[in-house]
Amino acid sequence: MRSVSETVVPIKAHSQHQQALRSLAPELEQRIMTLLSEVKDPELPMLSIQDLGILRSIGWSCDEQLVVNISPTYSGCPAVEAIRVNIIEHLANHGYQNVLVIEQLSPAWTTEWMTEQGKAALKAHGIAAPLAHGCSKPVPVSGLECPQCNSTNTGLITEFGSTACKAMYNCHSCFETFDYFKAF
Amino acid sequence: MTEPDNLSTYVLRLADDAMVLGQRISEWTSNSPNLEEDIANSNVALDYLGRARMLYAYAATMLNTTEDDLAFMRDARQYTNLLMHELPKGDYAFSTVRQFFIDSFDVLYFEQLIHSGDAQLAAIAAKTFKECQYHVRRSRDLMVRLGDGTDESNSRMQTALDELWGYRHELFMDDELETELQQQGVAITRADLQPKWDAAIQDCLTEATLSIPEADWTVSGGRAGVHSEHLGHMLDDMQCLHRSHPGVTW
Repeated sequence: MRSVSETVVPIKAHSQHQQALRSLAPELEQRIMTLLSEVKDPELPMLSIQDLGILRSIGWSCDEQLVVNISPTYSGCPAVEAIRVNIIEHLANHGYQNVLVIEQLSPAWTTEWMTEQGKAALKAHGIAAPLAHGCSKPVPVSGLECPQCNSTNTGLITEFGSTACKAMYNCHSCFETFDYFKAF
Repeated sequence: MTEPDNLSTYVLRLADDAMVLGQRISEWTSNSPNLEEDIANSNVALDYLGRARMLYAYAATMLNTTEDDLAFMRDARQYTNLLMHELPKGDYAFSTVRQFFIDSFDVLYFEQLIHSGDAQLAAIAAKTFKECQYHVRRSRDLMVRLGDGTDESNSRMQTALDELWGYRHELFMDDELETELQQQGVAITRADLQPKWDAAIQDCLTEATLSIPEADWTVSGGRAGVHSEHLGHMLDDMQCLHRSHPGVTW
């Protein structure tokens, strides 16, 4: 683990990485994208990094490194660090050794980039998917659909849940609590 | 380490603000009055730590050092955070009022900083602004709940307001360095934010049945590294592991 993480560059000034990337040959691009779709969010393992909407682009750097651009989610989210390491490891296991993962801060990640497939996977695992508005609106105090029984007879417990990205709700119909992936 | 210039000094200031307050908020982890607040404090502290890391990492590229050295190897006199951020967490009323003051400032500040001519600062500001909007809703809500709560909670909130009131001025002080950066389109003018901040505070205090303190006073010095006695103790705690085991990793 250590040797892999050491190959990961620290978060560096955005401007230094504004180099133009050369695109990959279509066949290689597809192979890499397939491999990347197998990298999951360690805290939400039903979501690939594509589903989560954090995989921005891939390409060759001028010194022939395979560059993977990802958008960090919440600024202190420990999952991002793990995802970086997992990308490097997974690609290395499939023969791609010279990989650079870059955290691209701008534009800032938003839950609007989450795929429909990702939202469905969240619901299937009992987590309400983010509503289609940003973080300027408060999370709903009531009426959010329960991902387990689909009732809207629900109430907010707390806007801050088990991870930075989630709020916690109570369902008054099935009496289960559930997480809501907050719009961000 | 390279000699700091205006930009790296400015970035370090913002980083120190985030680091120091993040550390203070994290002192509530496992100590908060209820489980929901405990989780919220831990989440908010993590946002601050993340913000500090982005800023330290950026400063480190300019200063040819590392984010860890900037956070863990500088003494209190080298820290340039604003004084309000470093004050001990106090009771829950004190931490709530401090958080509301700073959240209300941060939403205004980072919303503007998104337009900074410095691309990296603008990118960090855009992420930070999103998080601040969640933070200020919670701290404002707590202000109202505790202010318009019991006699005991109301009186503690009013005491906290009185104790913090004079620290607010420092939020709006523009020194020569920041003024120069404002002219270059990098930093933003703090003083311009005060009318909106004052209005937001007044609006909340009315709803929370609290009063603007009658006595006004001013303390400042954080940007010059002149701190309260509390910062050194906090840094001891925060930096001890890294200084005892240089270069330690998980």
